[in-house]
Amino acid sequence: MRWARANLFNSPLNGVLTVVFGGFLAWAAYRMATFVFVSADWEIVRRNLTLLMVGRFDRDQLWRPWAALLILAVSIGLTAGMVGAAAADVARQRGLPVAKGSLRSAPRRFWPLILLIVVLVAFTRTVAPTFLILGVLVAGGVAVVAGQRVPARLRRFGWIVFVLGFVGAIVVLWAGGGVPWDGWGGLHLNIFIAFAGIILAFPLGLLVALARRSSLPVVRVVSVVYIEFFRGVPLISLLIMAQLMIGFLLPPSMDPPSLVVRALIAIVIFESAYIAEIVRGGLQAVPRGQVEAAQALGMSQFSIARRIVLPQALRAVIPAMVGQFISLFQDTTLLYAISLFDVLTVSDTTTSQDAFVGRGLQAVVLPCVAFLFWAVSYSMSRESRRLETRLGVGVR
Amino acid sequence: MASVTTRPPPWRDVRVLRVLLQLLFALGVVAVVTWLFGNLVTNLDQIGLSTDFDFLDQPAGFQILGSDFRASQTVRDAFVVGITNTISVAGIGIVLATLLGVLVGVLSLSSNWLVRKAATIYVETLRNLPPLIVIVFVFSAVILQLPRIQEASEWFGLVIVSNRTIGLTAPAFEGDSAGTYALLLGLGVVAAIAVAVWRTRVHRATGAPHRRVLWGGGVLLVVAVVGWFALGGPLVLDRPQIVGVQIEDGWAMNANYAALLIALVIYTATYIAEIVRGSIQAVDHGQTEAADALALSSFQRLRFVVLPQAFRIAVPPLANQYLNLTKNSSLALAIGFFELTQTTLTIIGNGNPAPQSIAILMAGYLVLSLSIALVTNLVNRRLQLVAR
Repeated sequence: MRWARANLFNSPLNGVLTVVFGGFLAWAAYRMATFVFVSADWEIVRRNLTLLMVGRFDRDQLWRPWAALLILAVSIGLTAGMVGAAAADVARQRGLPVAKGSLRSAPRRFWPLILLIVVLVAFTRTVAPTFLILGVLVAGGVAVVAGQRVPARLRRFGWIVFVLGFVGAIVVLWAGGGVPWDGWGGLHLNIFIAFAGIILAFPLGLLVALARRSSLPVVRVVSVVYIEFFRGVPLISLLIMAQLMIGFLLPPSMDPPSLVVRALIAIVIFESAYIAEIVRGGLQAVPRGQVEAAQALGMSQFSIARRIVLPQALRAVIPAMVGQFISLFQDTTLLYAISLFDVLTVSDTTTSQDAFVGRGLQAVVLPCVAFLFWAVSYSMSRESRRLETRLGVGVR
Repeated sequence: MASVTTRPPPWRDVRVLRVLLQLLFALGVVAVVTWLFGNLVTNLDQIGLSTDFDFLDQPAGFQILGSDFRASQTVRDAFVVGITNTISVAGIGIVLATLLGVLVGVLSLSSNWLVRKAATIYVETLRNLPPLIVIVFVFSAVILQLPRIQEASEWFGLVIVSNRTIGLTAPAFEGDSAGTYALLLGLGVVAAIAVAVWRTRVHRATGAPHRRVLWGGGVLLVVAVVGWFALGGPLVLDRPQIVGVQIEDGWAMNANYAALLIALVIYTATYIAEIVRGSIQAVDHGQTEAADALALSSFQRLRFVVLPQAFRIAVPPLANQYLNLTKNSSLALAIGFFELTQTTLTIIGNGNPAPQSIAILMAGYLVLSLSIALVTNLVNRRLQLVAR
């Protein structure tokens, strides 16, 4: 009662606001609940779940996406564990209280992801996927713990584990009679493009950022033009350009790359411009004294960059990179606009299947796809905010 | 022994090396660009596509829904329609998103728990969705599910809602003296600004309260009201009405235009709300306490102490969001609204050369982005100068 008086009815205006907003929220919650549990016909999602997840991937080879998912979960878990442990060390050095992550705090931290998994499991029609998902989860959890136990001096190789895992996943999907990436689709394609995009765009963006900080004017100007140009145009125009023009830009003797590769090229170029700006922010955040101290020690230009500046700068940009990855993951839905078979395209095609056509089922499928992206993005952005406080980004 | 400054040999001279390195780099860049461009020209020649911009004067050969554009008009006109539509969505979208964003941002700082939670839920839900899904959802799951135009619902005769067109009541000039009245209003605005400047001068010279908003607004209001009666009511509220299967008069928006606008506004507003909240919170707490110590009212504290400083913090990230909104308007491709990207694709689809069309498309967005950046940089510089 006292709480309600202090927080809801502490002035006449607030009283009115409480009633108005309370009424509206209650109405919205009621409408949503009736939609989810009563009026919506989820059959379309249930029947097309595999299609949404992996597109037209050969149905006899479905063990490959599962194996790839397992490899990805383990490598991401290892990397996350290592980065998390490193961040906790930094926080401890800065005198922040570091609460140990425990199994009990996991539901509060990852409830969107847990909810997502529950929803996915609810849509499955056989028992096997439930156990497989649980297996992947356990493997990922074990990997996180293992990553935290990795000796501190090996932690900086964390990103290599992730890249190796990603490459391994591609090999499992493709090699030895698997399906090449032109045959991938659904959420699987979105994830692949997002990971490949960030992994390939990072080195390029790093180079562009270094070029922008170069003391050579010509190099700097070229880099500025590159960054401003690709940040000034929408991604979709680059995707269109890649689809229509990469064939024209290569010599006639060369075969143009496949649609997926073309889209990937556009995404890598686009992302590298944004990553360059992020890395530049990190480079600028390294105090000048660090460089001067290194110069006083007689270190060479190269080893100053390699041993002093970059390690500090790159550590500071981890949260921003996570943010960039989230927006890249969301941008992969643009593949819909160039008719690649991504999850949004799949959801669109399901509504024109014989059994479901003309029933306005976009209102059922789209929220599912949206929820998928929401759960992943929301939990990742929360984790990155946590990382940001620990690493003390922007705090001197 | 006299100290002689000897130059090191050229291959160890940093000055020479710098020039050499830059030359090499420039040569490399030029070589890559020339190679790509050479391939482009060779390829276009091979398939017999033109490499000039003559196609701009050819008839477009397609119609644009929801505009007067006819198939016999030139490709150039089609581009103009496309970019006008982009500017229209971006311009109106920026204004509406700012209004909604500021409202939500302020609500998320409310002392009322429920209001705060509602604002947070709104922000955290929409912010983490891909904008394309928001647009497609608003279009296909909201707007297209509205009643058909034959059974469109009317709200108090002011708004007509159908899945094809949405009609809003809008002010419109009417009658013979409409032009005169528009001119008069323009003069009124000039007069209002002049009065505001004069009041500012008086305030600077004497310290008397300037009340420039009150004075300027008053002048404009007087001009508008007197002119309206004198010219016989040239400005009317134009109500939409259904004529056949069209909505005429008022402000009739096509379904896909409305969907794009709504989606962009509710999506971008979440980011603006976060910026507003962050900037208000970033104002030093000592400032608020100082304002309290001076016995300013809570409105005065907000108006004269907190908001001016918060605004200064908010301008650069806001500019970023305006840029994002403009670029996101290209996602209308998915719902078939003829903004710049959709128009360009249609033009290419009608057999016009892709490279030139795409060059125009990108140039269009670059000009838009750069002009928004220019305006906000000017605002930013002005604010920063005031700062210290």
